[in-house]
Amino acid sequence: MVEAIRFRDDDVHEEPAVSLDAFLDQSNATAVRIEAGEDARLLLPLLDRLALIEVDFPVFGDGRGYSAAQILREAGYKGELRASGDVLVDQIAYMRRCGFDAFAPDAPIDARVMDKALELYEEVYQGTTDSRTPIWKRRHG
Amino acid sequence: MYQYDKYDQQMVDTRVAEFRDQVERRLAGELTEDQFKPLRLMNGLYLQLHAYMLRVAIPYGTLNSKQMRMLGHIARKYDRDYGHFTTRQNIQYNWIKLEDAPDILADLASVEMHAIQTSGNCIRNISSDQYAGAAADEIADPRPWAEILRQWSSFHPEFSYLPRKFKIAVIASDDDRAAMRLHDIGIQLVHKDGELGAKFYVGGGMGRTPMIAPEIRDFVPADELISYAEACLRVYNRYGRRDNKYKARIKILVHELGKEEYTRQVEEEFAHMKTLGLNPPVEELARITQYFADPAFDTGASDDLDLSDPDFKLWVDQNTVAHKQPGYAIATISLKPKGGIPGDASSAQIDLMADLAEQYSFDEMRVTHSQNIVLPHVKKSDLYALWQKLDEADLAPANLHLITDSIACPGLDYCSLANARSIPLAQKISERFADLGRQRELGELKLKISGCINACGHHHAGHIGILGVDRKGTENYQLLLGGSAAEDTSLAKITGPGFDEDGVIDAIETVTDLYLKERQEDERFIDTYRRVGMAAFKEAIYG
Repeated sequence: MVEAIRFRDDDVHEEPAVSLDAFLDQSNATAVRIEAGEDARLLLPLLDRLALIEVDFPVFGDGRGYSAAQILREAGYKGELRASGDVLVDQIAYMRRCGFDAFAPDAPIDARVMDKALELYEEVYQGTTDSRTPIWKRRHG
Repeated sequence: MYQYDKYDQQMVDTRVAEFRDQVERRLAGELTEDQFKPLRLMNGLYLQLHAYMLRVAIPYGTLNSKQMRMLGHIARKYDRDYGHFTTRQNIQYNWIKLEDAPDILADLASVEMHAIQTSGNCIRNISSDQYAGAAADEIADPRPWAEILRQWSSFHPEFSYLPRKFKIAVIASDDDRAAMRLHDIGIQLVHKDGELGAKFYVGGGMGRTPMIAPEIRDFVPADELISYAEACLRVYNRYGRRDNKYKARIKILVHELGKEEYTRQVEEEFAHMKTLGLNPPVEELARITQYFADPAFDTGASDDLDLSDPDFKLWVDQNTVAHKQPGYAIATISLKPKGGIPGDASSAQIDLMADLAEQYSFDEMRVTHSQNIVLPHVKKSDLYALWQKLDEADLAPANLHLITDSIACPGLDYCSLANARSIPLAQKISERFADLGRQRELGELKLKISGCINACGHHHAGHIGILGVDRKGTENYQLLLGGSAAEDTSLAKITGPGFDEDGVIDAIETVTDLYLKERQEDERFIDTYRRVGMAAFKEAIYG
């Protein structure tokens, strides 16, 4: 069982994440945490200052964080994008597809089950920010 | 009809393997019911009052004989020898064992079927016009567009944990046979400057707060369909309400923001989405469209029909409609026999319908949102033989669109949400109005029954609607009048205080008697109601 999961090769960012309001008010923070109802687009003008964005999932069924992640990656954010909170093993594959590359789940996750889930689907139907080739593109070269 | 390629097949096969593993983990106690619930719901498996219910997707209601026979096989092998066709063109089995579910999904996958996203807060099975590809009035076959949307929405990572479920319908005629504007997104295919595209309506629905979807864009070109749909969904996923389950559908967001503001946000998102390369090329739509090419019609088929058998004539008059191809008809098999359960079919009936489709309808069938089965391409010279075989199997009620062709939700007999029973009421009404002469005298009359305010029986859209409620521990039925799910979409209004089971049937008779008295020329019930108004009907019912 694992409590922190990371799909990045760079060093773990040590600075604690500040709230969105605090980040927007101060110029020197490099890590921010956004809550489910907050607008990820407010970060877009400031992405080059950030090394870590943490997106919270208060309950697993609250899917706003998936759109937040896509918006950040679509805007070219390259830093760590971490899903925290009620993150369950069976959701990590979709989170990866939306651009999350780190996870801080409230409850530890069985790494064996996660690895299996991540390898399961060889193909995908739609384009997302994970850059996998959608099936329609394979069909038409 | 569409055929899977290796990719589509691989996706459903993988889903079967994934779900088998999840069920094993549940049965081994590695997953709690709370953890398992969202997983089984993504596979159409509900825990109902007495057992698990499995909902199988029938994309846009189209299926072939091999698929239909598999549905019969599942009814025989895993259920109590019957299945229930639903108002979303799917089929449900009511008595499923959890440990059988993976095998059922594997059986389905062997005939290019699945139960993916038939429940849960995700994009559900795409519905469409049951006459697609056969209707004389369509401008194109809507099903290739529905298939593009099916693939895009399957396993969509961003839109699988929406505020609430999400239903999309696609049609391509001005006559709306799919209740399009009562969907979260309703799409009508239209031409603009010679090009085929999609008109978008967003924010319709039934449930506790029924709303008719407003038009938010008059034309989306084929090669921007997906990015526009993504924009509609993203605005909803970000801003749809999550504080109250009953206010979480997109209709509430569109209503609260206002159509103009919602549209503005969608357009802003769309401008961005268009740049992301999300849209399949037009070649993909063309590839899919090939599968929906017309069958090899006999171009010399005659339009002559021997109607000397009076019972056959009644069925032809009521249950067949014009086909785009001369010499052919679209025939509807009514699953509403006298005293029957709307939408139920035994495995023997399912097999027979499969055989008849193979023999008489180019191997194709459709499920309708009013819980009947359509044979879309029947040669007129075959209609008599077809009708005789249907009649022998109790599948030839000549009651399409008549009062006994009712829609009913599963109600308190099965459903854990229901407040009242729907099925026994539908059965009693069908007994009371059994006389076909009387039904025909009443003409087109859409009767729709829901066993609770969630409105699965579409009572808001009934010319006559019935809503079952719980009144101090007893079942009570409210009567509604004036709804329509067709192109003249309207929402029914409650007449007044509710009734017990027999009382509401009496009230329906009072209402239909008044209609017969008041109608002018060939007015339908709904036309007379709209002209005369609620007050006269109230007066007749309550005095």
